[in-house]
Amino acid sequence: MIQEQEKPLLDVRNLKTYFHTENGVVPSVDGVSFHINKGEVIAIVGESGCGKSVTSYSVMGLVGQPGKIEGGEILFEEKDLTKLSNGQMRTLRGNEISMIFQEPLTSLNPLFTVGFQISEVIMLHEKVSKKIAKQKTVEMINKVGIPNASKIYYSFPHQLSGGMRQRIMIAIALACNPKLLIADEPTTALDVTIQAQILQLMKDLRQELDTSILLITHDLGVVAEMVDRVIVMYAGQVVEEGNVFKLFENPKHPYTKGLMDSTPKIHERKEELYSIKGTVPTPMNMPTGCRFYPRCEFAMEKCKEKAPELLEVKQGYHVRCWLHEEGEVNLDEEFNRKPATT
Amino acid sequence: MSTNSAMEPGTSMEEQFEVSKGINPWIRWFKLLLRSKTGTTGFIIVLTVCITAIFAPQIAPYDPDAMNPANMNAPPVWLEGGTSAHILGTDSLGRDMLSRVIYGSQVSLLIGVFSVIVAGSIGLVLGILAGYYGRWIDNLLMRVVDAFLAVPNILLLLVILGIFGSNLITLILVLGVTNWVIYARLVRGEVLTLKERDFIRAARSIGTNDRTIMFKHILPNVFSSFIVISTLSVATTLIIEASLSFLGLGIQPPTISWGYMLSTGRDYLATSWWLATFPGLAITITVLGIIFLGDWLRDVLDPRSQGRRP
Amino acid sequence: MGRYLIRRVLQVIPVLLIISFIVFALVYMAGDPVSLMLPEEASQEEIDSLREALGLNDPLHVQYGVYIINALQGDFGKSYRYNQDALSIVLERLPQTLELAIVSMIFATIIAIPLGIWSASKQNSYIDLIATGASVLGKAMPNFWLGIMLILLLSVNLAIFPVSGRGTLMHIVLPAITLGTAIAAEMTRLIRSNMIEIMQQDYVRTAKSKGQKDSIVTYRHAFKNCLIPVVTIMALQTSGLIGGALVTEVVFAWPGMGQLLVQAVNARDMAIVQACVFVIAVAVILMNLLADIIYRMIDPRIKYE
Repeated sequence: MIQEQEKPLLDVRNLKTYFHTENGVVPSVDGVSFHINKGEVIAIVGESGCGKSVTSYSVMGLVGQPGKIEGGEILFEEKDLTKLSNGQMRTLRGNEISMIFQEPLTSLNPLFTVGFQISEVIMLHEKVSKKIAKQKTVEMINKVGIPNASKIYYSFPHQLSGGMRQRIMIAIALACNPKLLIADEPTTALDVTIQAQILQLMKDLRQELDTSILLITHDLGVVAEMVDRVIVMYAGQVVEEGNVFKLFENPKHPYTKGLMDSTPKIHERKEELYSIKGTVPTPMNMPTGCRFYPRCEFAMEKCKEKAPELLEVKQGYHVRCWLHEEGEVNLDEEFNRKPATT
Repeated sequence: MSTNSAMEPGTSMEEQFEVSKGINPWIRWFKLLLRSKTGTTGFIIVLTVCITAIFAPQIAPYDPDAMNPANMNAPPVWLEGGTSAHILGTDSLGRDMLSRVIYGSQVSLLIGVFSVIVAGSIGLVLGILAGYYGRWIDNLLMRVVDAFLAVPNILLLLVILGIFGSNLITLILVLGVTNWVIYARLVRGEVLTLKERDFIRAARSIGTNDRTIMFKHILPNVFSSFIVISTLSVATTLIIEASLSFLGLGIQPPTISWGYMLSTGRDYLATSWWLATFPGLAITITVLGIIFLGDWLRDVLDPRSQGRRP
Repeated sequence: MGRYLIRRVLQVIPVLLIISFIVFALVYMAGDPVSLMLPEEASQEEIDSLREALGLNDPLHVQYGVYIINALQGDFGKSYRYNQDALSIVLERLPQTLELAIVSMIFATIIAIPLGIWSASKQNSYIDLIATGASVLGKAMPNFWLGIMLILLLSVNLAIFPVSGRGTLMHIVLPAITLGTAIAAEMTRLIRSNMIEIMQQDYVRTAKSKGQKDSIVTYRHAFKNCLIPVVTIMALQTSGLIGGALVTEVVFAWPGMGQLLVQAVNARDMAIVQACVFVIAVAVILMNLLADIIYRMIDPRIKYE
């Protein structure tokens, strides 16, 4: 546990990112805290609209209008990113922290060669000549596993396949050797076979470059594949956080359990996949008390009245649920013990 | 489980929307209109112009053709020498400018509305035919459209009106005949995409005949973009009509039109600036109102724009 | 590219044929030109022989055939007023009209690009409000009225610019502003709405995530993409631009095709009218072709199809 003593690379504390829309304030991210250590890979998991993407954009400083970071700290190597000026933030972006996105086709500019789009970021941050930037770009294209790099340099995005485009995006993101890579659903838009290749590539490069990765996904399969620690978000809050093996083996929050039960597993035959009843609450009708209780199978009277805090149930393992108030509970056992009234 | 329905997740805007659907559609549209400042402005302007045109004899303080040689080129009331008897002054024959501007709205409106009806009907029918049947009809129509697009509207109008002379009816017809291409193009494009939609295929597969498909199934779906284009093209027609009058080929006196007033006023620019200014202002404000209204309609009706739908 | 060009040029042929047909029909309906060409005291024999010489006694389809063959050779007949080849008269005036159109276009571009981008990047600010307001106003104002108002203010009252005519640099300022305002209004609106849409695209977000400056993100990554729809739509408006130029010329007595045409129409000088229509149609078609080529140069996705 010596590693734990070390200062984390990224430490997000009580982050609040709100959107000021015509219909009122939408608290997309509502008091989220987590950290990433050096070289660690963590994932933020949740349904769409839970605030996981907004969290990552907050770290990048790319929350656009009408969104705004309303509170909290984002400490990156102990600098608070929320207090940096635009210009200071720009020197970090693409350089120390970089990001890849879900849709590789639309994320690349259709009017520039991929080579230019990679060398652009190198020239920007490393202040090297065009020639050296080009050389480095070709190296990067090689590194992300595209053969014939010097020819690909002159290709336009529309001439490449989806997998190749995502490799180019990864090349752009890793071109300046960032300390943190944020990957927002990097494989969602790709074919299944390509997905595996891209994940493998990210794993390999992470080893090679010692980059920490923050993976944003709703795909638990991807999480199991490459992550050290998982953060589960629901309605703008962290509901569970912990080591990936412990979490998969024995989820503590009813929502996490629901998510896992609704994912098909290869070696289990089921008549019907489980689905969590109800829908994600909109900010306009956020339940009082626990935000998940209207959909929760374990809901108690208390849940309706009082919102639970994030509790540490074990060393480095947090859950936001009243069930675990007086010590850890196993959800499967709890479920069986419950009288079948509903 | 819960008894408090306000807390039930999923009661969202959609349901409130369902509720509001029950009210009289006119009121619903009106509420929607009030939400847009420019839409409301446009609506008020257009309504005012319509009322002015319809009730011109009641509103105008003078007979617009009554000359008064004793009071020629009188300036508007706020200038030195102006009288409150003629708020906007008088023209070179001593006719009251305000009355003439009021009467001018009649012709503009008449031409704007009717030429758009002519153009719209031609374009709608040809567009649907071309889009639906495709092949050589479509090919031919599109080349004709290209030909019309290659010749500036005003040029074609000049030539035709130069040959046939212009009165109200020819002007309306000619404006309609030169203007149909935008509708034909729009409608054809819409029909081409609609044709591939499932409900049309379904109608065809159960043996509905072409005419029913075109006029019962396709037409209503083209209608909203058609209305938007029509509204906006009333605006351009007004400007074109004024330009023609200015070039001496529009409505001829004694019919009063803003364009003609403007072009005669130009000769007195050095001495009586108001003669050219007020008719131009009237055109600009009217067109502005129509554009506002048309843009609002587009926001509301056109699913491709991001505006709210009723 | 070469094949595409050939196909496009081939498409022009039926378009020109249709135009020629419409013009022929109009001229035919305009009536007998002979009475205009001869002095009033001309004898019946003189009239008959001129009719024969002009081929007016031939059947209609023969007349059309002859007309097409002549038109292909650039022969639209003689202007009875100038007693000169109509096409050469029109072509003499073309440079002046082009001069006005091009200067106006440059004026419009200089105003519209920064204004459009600026108001898109500051959506709903005062700048945006003023820019969109001005562009709607520019669209709502009849071109010639704006011209007259400019003359009133800047020529008659302040005596800065000459009222009309062509000659010095000062002469072109007011006509160019008049014509340019209408173009700038449309262009600003187009650039604004396209920029707003493009600034929300994923690749703009990528550019920002690289740490690129806002100005570079806007001009390099977004604006280049914005040019594609803007160039296309502006090219489609060429015919409107020329139409506007015709009217503007009359306002400022600018010695271009517009003035010539209006005079020709009033004098029923159909040879000049026909030549004008064709020259303008060809100019519009060429502009559209040019825009197509530019657009293919900007957008690499098209070139290889």
